[in-house]
Amino acid sequence: PHAGPAESKNEAAMSELVPETRQKPVVPMKPTGINASLLGYIGIDTIIEQMRKKTMKTGFDFNIMVVGQSGLGKSTLVNTLFKSQVSRKSSGWNREEKIPKTVEIKAIGHVIEEGGVKMKLTVIDTPGFGDQINNENCWEPIEKYINEQYEKFLKEEVNIARKKRIPDTRVHCCLYFISPTGHSLRPLDLEFMKHLSKVVNIIPVIAKADTMTLEEKTEFKQRVRKELEVNGIEFYPQKEFDEDLEDKTENDKIRQESMPFAVVGSDKEYQVNGKRVLGRKTPWGIIEVENLNHCEFALLRDFVIRTHLQDLKEVTHNIHYETYRAKRLNDNGGLPPMAVETEENHESNL
Amino acid sequence: QQPAQFTNPETPGYVGFANLPNQVHRKSVKKGFEFTLMVVGESGLGKSTLINSLFLTDLYPERIIPGAADKIERTVQIEASTVEIEERGVKLRLTVVDTPGYGDAINCRDCFKTIISYIDEQFERYLHDESGLNRRHIVDNRVHCCFYFISPFGHGLKPLDVEFMKAIHNKVNIVPVIAKADTLSLKERERLKKRILDEIEEHGIKIYHLPDAESDEDEDFKEQTRLLKASIPFCVVGSNQLIEAKGKKVRGRLYPWGVVEVENPEHNDFLKLRTMLITHMQDLQEVTQDLHYENFRSERLKRGSRKIEDEEVNKDQILLEKEAELRRMQEMIARMQAQMQMQMQSGEGDNSAAHGHHV
Repeated sequence: PHAGPAESKNEAAMSELVPETRQKPVVPMKPTGINASLLGYIGIDTIIEQMRKKTMKTGFDFNIMVVGQSGLGKSTLVNTLFKSQVSRKSSGWNREEKIPKTVEIKAIGHVIEEGGVKMKLTVIDTPGFGDQINNENCWEPIEKYINEQYEKFLKEEVNIARKKRIPDTRVHCCLYFISPTGHSLRPLDLEFMKHLSKVVNIIPVIAKADTMTLEEKTEFKQRVRKELEVNGIEFYPQKEFDEDLEDKTENDKIRQESMPFAVVGSDKEYQVNGKRVLGRKTPWGIIEVENLNHCEFALLRDFVIRTHLQDLKEVTHNIHYETYRAKRLNDNGGLPPMAVETEENHESNL
Repeated sequence: QQPAQFTNPETPGYVGFANLPNQVHRKSVKKGFEFTLMVVGESGLGKSTLINSLFLTDLYPERIIPGAADKIERTVQIEASTVEIEERGVKLRLTVVDTPGYGDAINCRDCFKTIISYIDEQFERYLHDESGLNRRHIVDNRVHCCFYFISPFGHGLKPLDVEFMKAIHNKVNIVPVIAKADTLSLKERERLKKRILDEIEEHGIKIYHLPDAESDEDEDFKEQTRLLKASIPFCVVGSNQLIEAKGKKVRGRLYPWGVVEVENPEHNDFLKLRTMLITHMQDLQEVTQDLHYENFRSERLKRGSRKIEDEEVNKDQILLEKEAELRRMQEMIARMQAQMQMQMQSGEGDNSAAHGHHV
């Protein structure tokens, strides 16, 4: 059927607002101008310290979502990442729980503090994903949830009397758990990542990696990387958002060698060589979670928490959220959503 | 049991049929055994590796593993490979039936159709051969045992596992297997086994039960049977790679943290699974013949005869109806004739046809 004139006009307008390649992240431009030589110390560099103090006082939000079939160790991994009992399974979860018949979205918030810095961490779990006999479109509730958080933020943003600090419930990072079959990705993995990599930062991880020998792991990672590339799936860190050469080199190495991270999680400690380590005890040895010779958990942790945490938030805000906002404004004829009724209607269209 | 004393056939009261089991044994050995093993489970659960390990062979020398994009369009296939294994003069013709594509699709609703059709077809063929004129060389391709692979990564049975097992438990002996068991600690294994057994009972799934040892068997065998029964479902690790461990070469998997030995009973149940399969091959065949095949056969024959009966019933009904209609018509005609008679008698002039009797 031939599209009517109104629809094609919208499409044309859309393509103007949201170009094929997404815009570069909005970052403060590096100051240009004459490099004045300083006659003495001014103290401009103290701004770093001022920013740090501010961040410490206000703390920050971080929302991480975990997606994957039941039993791949999602909850354990999240607990291991944040060295605390922060997953859904730690707040009154019954081990005998049955697989839900549809995909559920369960968000649990915790405040964790380290070195004077407070983080409000929200872990969003998606039990039921990929567990049914018919898993068609099982990613839709997840996509809906992510878009709902963008909508919430948008509504706050367009308010006349805005809050000083808008509560950020947007998903900054989505860990997608790949089953360690040793063969290839599953059709469901491809479908999920194809759909969701456009709305959220996806970090694929290979779960329960202690099931593969070193050779099997290397081969599997290579095959998965190739499949992701062939199918055009842009996982985080996305190539198009590398800001400068420094970023590109660093991220290229991560994209082409380390990812997807083959991880093992554990919240139990054992004594190994006189030290207490997190690990898994088996009749043939103890698997140390933070030992890079055993698995890549430490790489994942450093990547998500120690080096790219802020970037994950920025890409979510500057790219994914902006894309959503642009589409919403365009759908609304270029106007921000205002009246309560219209907003309700729009939400149901999501 | 005493060996048959056939060296002295003249012993009074001795008939000599105690020698029969030896004769049967010799004939079986000469004929060889046929066994069909079906293997079902999602991709990547370690099925092929386990089969190769069990039979110390490479059943899949030219294997190509498809990528995810290829799997999207694929339906479940049935692939049968046959090997002849000989050990100490005993020949085994083993057929392994693979089911690639099972559980891979996003929508697995139609996953089992192909598999169930295959099982039924083998029964059908056997039934046909059995009812035929020349029954000398019936080939038994019926599925004697199905290894169903349960993922070691889950918390128990998945919905697909439950539905599939319920669909075939009256057609084939199901032996649930958990491969890649080296991903689980001992405690996790116990928990998973128990959870699976509970769920099997909860859903009324009938898996293959090892027969209890006869009371006249020796203690070792009885103990072995007890141990086997207590270990189901078996948690196994497969491998044909030789690794150096503790000074000798063993089949296993080499990790940075240690070596998993396939044939070490403290590491996994591989030996138990192999023992079970070998010592109960005969029983698996018998149960297939006496239970599953007989079920199929009686269902099939009943279904066949019921169709004919239904048609006969219909025919009778139709006949009755037709007869009733015929009688009604005859009565009507008789009435019309009577009326015409009366009119002709009452008035010559009247044109009785003009009265327009509606018939």
